[in-house]
Amino acid sequence: MSDQALTVEIDADGIALATIDLKGQSMNVWNEALLKEFAAFVDRLCEDDAIKGAVITSGKASGFLAGADLRMLGSGGVGGGASTPKETFDRLFNLNAMLRKLETSGKPAKKLISGEASAKPVAAAVNGLALGGGLELVLACHYRVCADDPKIQLGVPEVKVGLLPGGGGTQRLPRLAGLQNAALIATQGNPIDPATAKGFGVIQEIAPAGEIVTKAKAWVKANPKAAQPWDRQGFKYPGGSGPTHPAALQFHMASNAMAQRETQHNYPAVQYILSCIYEGSVVPFDTAIRIESKYFGKLLMSPQARNMIRTLFINKQAAEKGEQRPKSVEKSKIKKVGVLGAGMMGAGIAYVTAKGGMDVVLLDRDLKYAEKGKAYSAGIVGKGVARGKVSKEKGDELLARIKPTTDYNDLKDVDMIIEAVFEDPDIKADVIRKTEAVIGDKIIFASNTSTLPISGLAKNSERPEQFIGVHFFSPVDKMPLVEIIPGDKSGDRALAAALDYVGMIKKTPIVVKDTRGFYTNRVVPPYLNEAMLMVKEGVSPALIENAAKMLGMPVGPLALVDETSLELGKRVMESTKKELGKDYKPSGVEDLFNVMVDKLGRLGRKSGGGFYDYPADGKKSLWKGVSDYFPLAKNQPSADEVKERILYAQLIPAAQCFADGIVSDPQSADLGAIFGWGFAPWTGGPMSYIDTIGIDAFVRKAESLAQKYGARFNPPQKFRDMAERKETLYKAA
Amino acid sequence: MTDAYVFDAVRTPRGKGKSDGGLHEITPVQLATQVLEAIRDRNALDTSKVDDVAMGVVSPVGEQGAVITRTAVLNAGYAETTAGIQVNRFCASGLEAVNIAAAKVKAGEADLTIGGGVESMSRVPMGSDGGAWPVDPAVAFRTYFVPQGISADLIATKYGFSRDDVDAYSVESHKRAARSWKEGRFKKSIVPVKDVMGAEILAKDETIRPDTDMQALGALAPSFAMLGENFGFNSVALQKYPEVEKINHVHHAGNSSGIVDGAAAVLIGSKETGAKLGLKPRVRIVSMASVGAEPTIMLTGPEFAAQKALKRAGMTKDDIDLWELNEAFASVVLRFMQALDIDHSEINVNGGAIAMGHPLGATGAMVFGTMVDELERSGKSTALITLCIGAGMGTATIIERV
Repeated sequence: MSDQALTVEIDADGIALATIDLKGQSMNVWNEALLKEFAAFVDRLCEDDAIKGAVITSGKASGFLAGADLRMLGSGGVGGGASTPKETFDRLFNLNAMLRKLETSGKPAKKLISGEASAKPVAAAVNGLALGGGLELVLACHYRVCADDPKIQLGVPEVKVGLLPGGGGTQRLPRLAGLQNAALIATQGNPIDPATAKGFGVIQEIAPAGEIVTKAKAWVKANPKAAQPWDRQGFKYPGGSGPTHPAALQFHMASNAMAQRETQHNYPAVQYILSCIYEGSVVPFDTAIRIESKYFGKLLMSPQARNMIRTLFINKQAAEKGEQRPKSVEKSKIKKVGVLGAGMMGAGIAYVTAKGGMDVVLLDRDLKYAEKGKAYSAGIVGKGVARGKVSKEKGDELLARIKPTTDYNDLKDVDMIIEAVFEDPDIKADVIRKTEAVIGDKIIFASNTSTLPISGLAKNSERPEQFIGVHFFSPVDKMPLVEIIPGDKSGDRALAAALDYVGMIKKTPIVVKDTRGFYTNRVVPPYLNEAMLMVKEGVSPALIENAAKMLGMPVGPLALVDETSLELGKRVMESTKKELGKDYKPSGVEDLFNVMVDKLGRLGRKSGGGFYDYPADGKKSLWKGVSDYFPLAKNQPSADEVKERILYAQLIPAAQCFADGIVSDPQSADLGAIFGWGFAPWTGGPMSYIDTIGIDAFVRKAESLAQKYGARFNPPQKFRDMAERKETLYKAA
Repeated sequence: MTDAYVFDAVRTPRGKGKSDGGLHEITPVQLATQVLEAIRDRNALDTSKVDDVAMGVVSPVGEQGAVITRTAVLNAGYAETTAGIQVNRFCASGLEAVNIAAAKVKAGEADLTIGGGVESMSRVPMGSDGGAWPVDPAVAFRTYFVPQGISADLIATKYGFSRDDVDAYSVESHKRAARSWKEGRFKKSIVPVKDVMGAEILAKDETIRPDTDMQALGALAPSFAMLGENFGFNSVALQKYPEVEKINHVHHAGNSSGIVDGAAAVLIGSKETGAKLGLKPRVRIVSMASVGAEPTIMLTGPEFAAQKALKRAGMTKDDIDLWELNEAFASVVLRFMQALDIDHSEINVNGGAIAMGHPLGATGAMVFGTMVDELERSGKSTALITLCIGAGMGTATIIERV
């Protein structure tokens, strides 16, 4: 047996210790080599009389097994390459068949159930994280011992990239933990810790890491005749199962509705997981895993999982690892960061920087403000401690790293500056000069701004090659994206440092061109305008908000306008108008702003009301008075029409940004959209969406919308050209 | 085609559908048996002339399973040659059974039939038969399943009925039911239920509250708010009806149909057969219709079933003197009145299921009989009977006094 991935040692008791250890990889995953070697091992276990049982463990300190290699799935290696449903099924069923053989020793279920036959005992010694196909391997073992480290993650996260646990996870989990627990674990995809897993029956024993193999072997030795609970007489699901069992019936009804609420019908994987759990619960195990593999195949044959894997997993990781970083520059050593300005943005930046392990000098004009900025971190830490998410010590350590000050001299030994003072060119200029006077001459100065051109700000710098823009989103501790904006003189070292810093605070960076609004703020205003235009036209606000949610937006656009305030929207519109002069095209919502802001003072949530009312004692509700000014149209559009307008109001400006080189690649456009403004994640991003329907179809749809609603929907010329040449945005789409 | 005539209609009183209800100790097959016996005995019927008996039953499992109709036919001592069939069209099962019985006569398959229904909700609880629709994710997702209470609240929200509107409707239902009992309007068709010793155990509908008022109803908490909000059903409904911002939960136990036990039967046949057997035709079946409607809002089917039945009869709404729509939920009736522009004085004139209860499989046949009696009492000519139905359907029948 080759040992690229698996080594097998047989001890004096005839117990085979199979250690998974992928050569040259930092983490064990199911790849071609392991699949092949493990299948050979299972065959040997079944056939070799000298082997009495087996223990499966990992040779890696990094964990047990992290699941399938998503690159293999994402590139179509497992499902996508096959052409017919049958071929796809045959390939996908291999893993299920192998794991089934592991737990039955290849004996028919009927004989196991009747007691005529038994399986050779197999135990798992779980030394670290077991996710996806890793946990599914564990579940196929009769006995499961886990190391006593509460940080060990056990889970099936497939749903997060639009897939389902296709190695028996949807069948063994409910048979061990009950329908409801299994559905929770599999449809949400969040890992559980060993103690919780033990409570669910997912593992049976927790032991010190050094003893797990011994404990597993002891169990194997003591239990020569094994069978899984579902291969025994009289097996019943914990908590019941089936369409007429009262508790199961209630569970299925509620979980179906709750899943529809969460997914808005955009994530078939969630439904398929529930279908696997339901359909599998009324048939024998061998039928159940066939059903699971078929639903898995159905997912792999659709483009959604590919899009989600590509953007949410592969490209996100690549961006976070510094894909766009100039390779020639040495990795920056950032231990101490000066954060200038302790307002809402500065306070948030100070928190994430300290959380990323760096010391922070938090400077403001007035110590009172600087301390208030630090208090923001104390608030977050306090909540975390109260909820048991952070230990008191860790929280205190984090807070101790933030030093509030008013003294520029405290900046003299920082490794990097993040400036987040008020968005006023004069104030920024003053702060830049004062800071550069004290910091080291090699120190990178990053300016957080959402509206001011970086090249303009850099003119205030003595060292424009060390000056760069970073655009954080509010609230900083929650929003995952950072736009990095090199000015026309920014050097490679500045770009590298900015990316290194974003990596340290574990956010997702995209590099964008220095232009008004950068990327995200060139797309969001037209999107919100479209919603307000619909209000003006008399489209029911409820329909607009619900349609956006159905499209997969996290909140409705009118709610978002209320959050960011109509006043700000009006101000941005006016400043854009001033900047563009005669090139400015009226957005069409000027009169709506006039009514809402000037006439009614309905500025948004903070002023107590905007498109919504915000009663102190209840949930917000849409303000009915809007129809006094913009009466509801007699004939309302369909939800699909509204969804389409909301979608294309984002696709068109995003495509324009790509066409104009504001984002240089489809990856960044997709990442920025999903993590910047919450663009429907099920699409994989706007560029993935366009690729999936085809650029040609996108162009034609945009043109028809332009005819109906106005020139703002016209597709960028570049996309017309690409459609003409039958190109795709992603190379291997 | 042969015309189908109704010769007789009977029903049991409705007993509260709980373990302390008046009919709880009576088996469902007994309920069905006793209405069949009444049909035979009141008409001195030679049961060998009865070709077939169709009975609605919505939870046909356990003691209501295995074609309870045939069991009841045998148990009632009918001729062995009388066949039996169980019918399930959810809440309209009883009316559908009457329609099937009539259709057999019209089609010339049978000369004399019985349509009816039975449900002991206290003994075989609603939902006992499971079903794919709410449970199977593939189906529930595809069709946006929500429970009926959410649908009823959605109707109220979408069509603008307030809590006061539905409560006021409910108060009136109880008033009308009480008046009908007081004036003996149900006397003709009520068959008191007897126990195993042959003693009368229930002679009157059990759940009417003649004194209920807006204040009493106003104190009741909405029944479906938690279900809708905590378990996701409101969101599912709004995904189908995105023009609605949020669902106003107005229904509660006091303005929804009650859970009760009961049975009913209607004797149907051709004029010639009636004449031969000395049976007097009371009403003629003019037309019948069933139709599917949008399943999430679920309970708007009667509007479309009524229109279909009218069209098949070559009639318009103005040709109908009396309307009977099962009071599954108050909003269902209010929406029907709104959609067809029907005055409250012409519909459910003797009260309905909000006051007297809704024994699922039997109700359609019960309200059918109520209309036969009411046409005769009032001297009016035509009536349309309809019910809203689970999964989005409607069934309607138009009758004409002979």
